[in-house]
Amino acid sequence: MSLSDKDKAAVRALWSTISKSSDAIGNDALSRMIVVYPQTKIYFSHWPEVIPGSIHIKEHGKKVMGGIELAVSKIDDLKTGLFELSEQHAFKLRVDPGNFKILNHCILVVIATMFPKEFTPEAHVSLDKFLSG
Amino acid sequence: MVNWTKTEKATITDIFSHLDYDDIGPKALSRCLIVYPWTQRYFSGFGNLYNAAAIIGNAKVAEHGIKVLHGLDLGLKKMDNIEAAYADLSSLHSEKLHVDPDNFKLLSDCITIVLAAKLGSAFTAETQATFQKFLGAVMSALGKQYH
Repeated sequence: MSLSDKDKAAVRALWSTISKSSDAIGNDALSRMIVVYPQTKIYFSHWPEVIPGSIHIKEHGKKVMGGIELAVSKIDDLKTGLFELSEQHAFKLRVDPGNFKILNHCILVVIATMFPKEFTPEAHVSLDKFLSG
Repeated sequence: MVNWTKTEKATITDIFSHLDYDDIGPKALSRCLIVYPWTQRYFSGFGNLYNAAAIIGNAKVAEHGIKVLHGLDLGLKKMDNIEAAYADLSSLHSEKLHVDPDNFKLLSDCITIVLAAKLGSAFTAETQATFQKFLGAVMSALGKQYH
């Protein structure tokens, strides 16, 4: 799905509102993911413990949100902009792409809980298209 | 057959006892039609679904959203045999309405997100897990009569 100019504007606008809370969002989204979809814990078996809100989750959440920030900056060409991260997830981390949808859903749920007013259906559709891209 | 712990049952009962069907129902269905526009094909008789504003303002969408949300009550009342609870609705969705079962997940995700927006931080990870388990059981039951 390609992003229209309207979608890109919506994503940028939403990001500018939520980015100051990106650490909290990353932490909550990852914590939710391992609780709601326990099968995802397998990717973090190298951590001493995989529990919500742990220091590893917090740090990794920050990393993931950094990736999203990068994507927002490369929104006009996501394929090229995220090429390295895509390779890393496919060949080094070997993440089943089905899990991207799972994490996306958790990110959307967190944004809904933290920013109910701003997360209108229009913002939702643009962000969903962006995260899927 | 799905197994529920006492805590899970209590969580689900609690969510539904405080649920504002008239608010959440329309919001969830309209969000589904906006975020996943191909789902509009099932509602061609509903009038103006041209853009997000039209969908949100559409009285038929609102009415149907409330109806669908009350459909979850069937599962709530019969949590220990959800499949039996949805046998009739499953036949309806497959044989009469011809709804692709993949769409159940899309609406289910929208219900989760609308509920999350309403409950805010009270929608904890554990609450989300239990609620999604319930919706998953409903979706599975709804898909049962498809051949």
